[in-house]
Formats: sequence, structure tokens, C-alpha cells
Amino acid sequence: MSKTKENLIAVFGGTGLVVGFWLLVKLDIPSPFHYAALCLAFVFQAAWVEATVGLRRPIWARLCRIEAPIYFGLMVLLLWEGLVRSLGVAPVILPAPSAIAAQIATSLPTLWTDFAQTILKGAIPGFLIGAGAAFVVAIAIDRSPFLQRGLLPIGNFVAALPIVGLAPILVMWFGFDWQSKAAVVVVMVFFPILVNIVAGLQASERMQADLMATWGASYWQTLWKLRLPAAMPFIFNGLKIASTLALIGAIVAEFFGSPVYGMGFRISTEVGRLGLDMVWAEIAVAALAGTALYGAVSLIERWVTFWHPSQRH
Amino acid sequence: MWLENGLSWMKDTMTQAVIEAKGLNLVFQTADGPVHALKDVNLTINPGEFVSFIGPSGCGKTTFLRAIAALEHPTSGTLTVNGMTPDEARRKRAYGYVFQAAGLYPWRTIAGNIRLPLEIMGFSKAEMDQRVERVLDLVELSGFGKKFPWQLSGGMQQRASIARALAFDADILLMDEPFGALDEIVRDRLNEETLKLWARTGKTIGFVTHSIPEAVYLSTKIVVMSPRPGRITDIIESPLPKERPLEIRDSREFIEIAHRVREGLRAGHLDE
Repeated sequence: MSKTKENLIAVFGGTGLVVGFWLLVKLDIPSPFHYAALCLAFVFQAAWVEATVGLRRPIWARLCRIEAPIYFGLMVLLLWEGLVRSLGVAPVILPAPSAIAAQIATSLPTLWTDFAQTILKGAIPGFLIGAGAAFVVAIAIDRSPFLQRGLLPIGNFVAALPIVGLAPILVMWFGFDWQSKAAVVVVMVFFPILVNIVAGLQASERMQADLMATWGASYWQTLWKLRLPAAMPFIFNGLKIASTLALIGAIVAEFFGSPVYGMGFRISTEVGRLGLDMVWAEIAVAALAGTALYGAVSLIERWVTFWHPSQRH
Repeated sequence: MWLENGLSWMKDTMTQAVIEAKGLNLVFQTADGPVHALKDVNLTINPGEFVSFIGPSGCGKTTFLRAIAALEHPTSGTLTVNGMTPDEARRKRAYGYVFQAAGLYPWRTIAGNIRLPLEIMGFSKAEMDQRVERVLDLVELSGFGKKFPWQLSGGMQQRASIARALAFDADILLMDEPFGALDEIVRDRLNEETLKLWARTGKTIGFVTHSIPEAVYLSTKIVVMSPRPGRITDIIESPLPKERPLEIRDSREFIEIAHRVREGLRAGHLDE
């Protein structure tokens, strides 16, 4: 591709971006003009994203990789805003993104308190305790075939218990505060992690185990130096599944009793008061927190299992 | 008292056979009934010998090698390694084992892979670094220590796995079709290098192969085996000199030995 062409594409893409942002700021009353401009901006942008794939100058391609999802997200928000306003949708059914943003801006302290209660005290400690317990039990199961036959079915059984049934009981046991939420999260994340660790520990090749045997390696040496590293891709699969479960568990558990703060508490009470803006604000925080948690686990996975074919680029 | 006896007895045997099998039988119990993998195997391997095991698949050559390494356990008969049981020898780290595939751990660098057995055996850090350097040099992989296995070719990976087996200086090197998955040219080169390595280190080598030229080119002793039940049909002491250029494969002696191996293999098949 020639340099002029690259520059042309850059100008197109830049124009699309600027028009898009300008519309986002300016969009008070949507008009046919707004929608036409919006479509044009979108087309420019899409053309840029398409054209930068395989460009000589990788800076454009790299910029595009970050920018494309942001841009698409903005497009969805714009469309949402426009539809809600032009169709006159009642805020109780679906508030406009701008209304949700205003709500977030005015209730930051409340949102932070709720976030700290539900995510920092409920979800994350529960996730860590559940993962730790799963690890210890997985090793015990690995050492003893008796436990493998006995514990796995029970774990399966506990995993099948409906969370809405289990949560009230755990609230009775551990009280209204975050401890009971962490307990719900522990129960929810334990089994998927356990199953993945147990499967992962079987994943090392026979030949590699034979090698360890010819070197006279002990059980623990084989575990640390061969079987656990080989199990890491499996373990991280379990952790990623569990990271989203942890969020659900911590929020839903608050529906069954909590102090007067927390994301689940806020959602259930605000729904009752028809404060849908606040509900959506909490949903936005939950979505961000969930993405961050999943992203953090994925980042660690990239770093730990860099050697696995799925991570090599 | 018991220990002293044991030690003096060990000293006696050290100068004698490295590996000795007498009336060895090994039966696998499978879903289709018992499989006689090894039947009445008698074999003596002396220090510094290069012994090849050749035969069609199912003849027990790999099983025999694995039995020496205590990865399989004979059903009857005796098998000693350095005068000990294979299990004791394994715990004394008597051998390095090279498998058909390199089996390097992808999360460790080449140097890290070679260091692994040394870590398990508790060598000091300085000693480990020095040994890794030495064996990398021995298999001509100096400078590749920091690469990961998946960044190297198949031949280089296999050389790294040989380096790993050499790192802790066991007297016995067991190689199970180490070059079976490599192409002819790489294989020729690694065969030459294996001979040089053997000459330099004076180790006792047990080598499983499918290839008649490979067996004849490398060995001082060729053990011809046949399947169902796995047994030894011929043991050939090679008259070839220790110094062997690749061209030796065109010599009359070489062709005669190869012929005898082929006859042995065919006889094994006709028995069925």
C-alpha cells in the first residue's frame, strides 16, 4: 500500500472519530442530520479499521486494535440514546445512557461504598478462599483415590444446589454482613475450579512423568516441577469461569439480607422505588468490575502460560 | 556388616556386567488376556558397550529398555543394573533416558530443561550452571540455552533432550528410538554425533531402533529381537572398528553385518 493511501485512510479514520465524538457531545435532540452524520462517521471508521489490517506502519494497526472496540461501544451508546429519546421510552423501562451517566456522576460515594462492600469484601475474598480451598482439596484428591471417589460426587452435588436456595441459609449462618456473601461465593466458585485443577493434574504426558521417574523425583517434586505447570491452562480456565460466578454470587446473595449498602441491596431496593437510573448505574459498575476481574485473571494467565500454544503469538 | 558385604560385592560387580538379565519374563495383563512382552531374555552388557536393540514393533525392545530403567517390572527372572535391582539403580540415578520425542517442558528454556534433573537431584547453583554449559557444548547447542523448546527445530530439541540425559553424568545412557521421528539427513548427523559422544564419555549405551543401518553403524553389539512373544533371536558382536566415518556403511563388513541382522529379523518372522 502506498504512503498516500495510508495517509488518506488515516485522515478518513480521524474524521470519523472526531465527528463521532462531536455528535456524542452535541446530541440533544436527534434529527435526520444527526443520524446521517452518525452513519457517515461509522462508515469512515469501519473503512479505517478494515484498511489498517496488514498495514506497513504497525502504529495504525495497533491504535486501531484499542480504538475499534471503544468506537463500537460508543456507537451502541449513541444508538441507544437516540432511540430512547426519539421514541420517548419511559425512563422506568429504559433510561437513556446520558441519564445513567448523570446518575453515576451524582452518586459516586454511594456507588463506591456498594462496590467496596460487594466486590472488595464479598466477591474477591470469596473467590480467593474458594480457589485456595479447591487447590488443597484437588491435591488431597490426587493423593487418595478414596477421596477422588468420595469427594468429587459430593462437590458435584453441592454445585448443583440452586444459589437462590443456598444464599438465605448461608445468610442465616454467617450473618447479614459480607461474610455470608463471601461464603456464597466460595460455594459457587469452589467446584468449577476443583474440577479444572483435577483435570489439569492429569494433563501431563506419560513420557514426561516417566522422565521424572528416571530422575528419581519425589511426588512433590513431580507435582511442583511438572504436573502443576502442565495444569496451568486448565486451572486458569476454571479461574476465569469462577471470576464471573463470583460477581453473580456476591450480588445475588445480598437479595436475601444485607446491611443497608451493597450492590445487590441497592439494586433490589431501587427497583422497588422505581429508581431505575440507580439500578442501571449499579449494573454499569458491576459490568466494569466483572470485566476487570476477568481481565486481571486473563493477564495473569498470559504471563503464567506464555508457553502454551494458545498464548504464543 | 550387611553394608560392608554389599559394598564389596558391588565393587566386584562394578568391573563386570553393567546390565545383566537372566531368564527374564515380562507379561502384561490386558483386557484381551496376557501379553508375553518378554520371554526368557538372557543378556549381558559390559561397561562401555554400545548395544542396539532391533526388531519389529511388539518385539519387546522398548519394554526391555523400560525394564532396565525400572519403568516396567519383570514378572520373573533376574535383572541387575550395576549389580543392583533396577529400582535401586533408578534411585541412585544410574542412567539417563532419552525418549522418541524430546519431551522438553515448554515452560522452561533449553538451559532450564537441562537444569531440571539437576534441581531434582539437589546440585548446587554453580555446579548446575557449569554442567548445563558443558552438556550444551557437548551436543553443539551452545548459545541456545535461553531459547524455549518450541523455538528450535526437531533435531535441536532432540539434541537438547540428550544433553539433559547427560547432565547428571550417569554411567548408562538408554535411548529409545531417539532419532525415529527425524529425517534421514538430520538422523545421519545425529548418529555421527552420538558416536563421538560415546567415544568421548565412555558411557554404556542401550539404543532401541527400527533401522538396520543405524543399528550396525552405531553398535558394538546388536541384539536382534522378534515379536509374540518378545525374545532375543540373535546377538551380534560387531567387528567394526571404534572409529567409524559415515562411509563405513559402504564397506563389505558393514554390509555383511547388516545382512546377518536382516536374516535374524526374517527368521524371527518365519517362526510365527
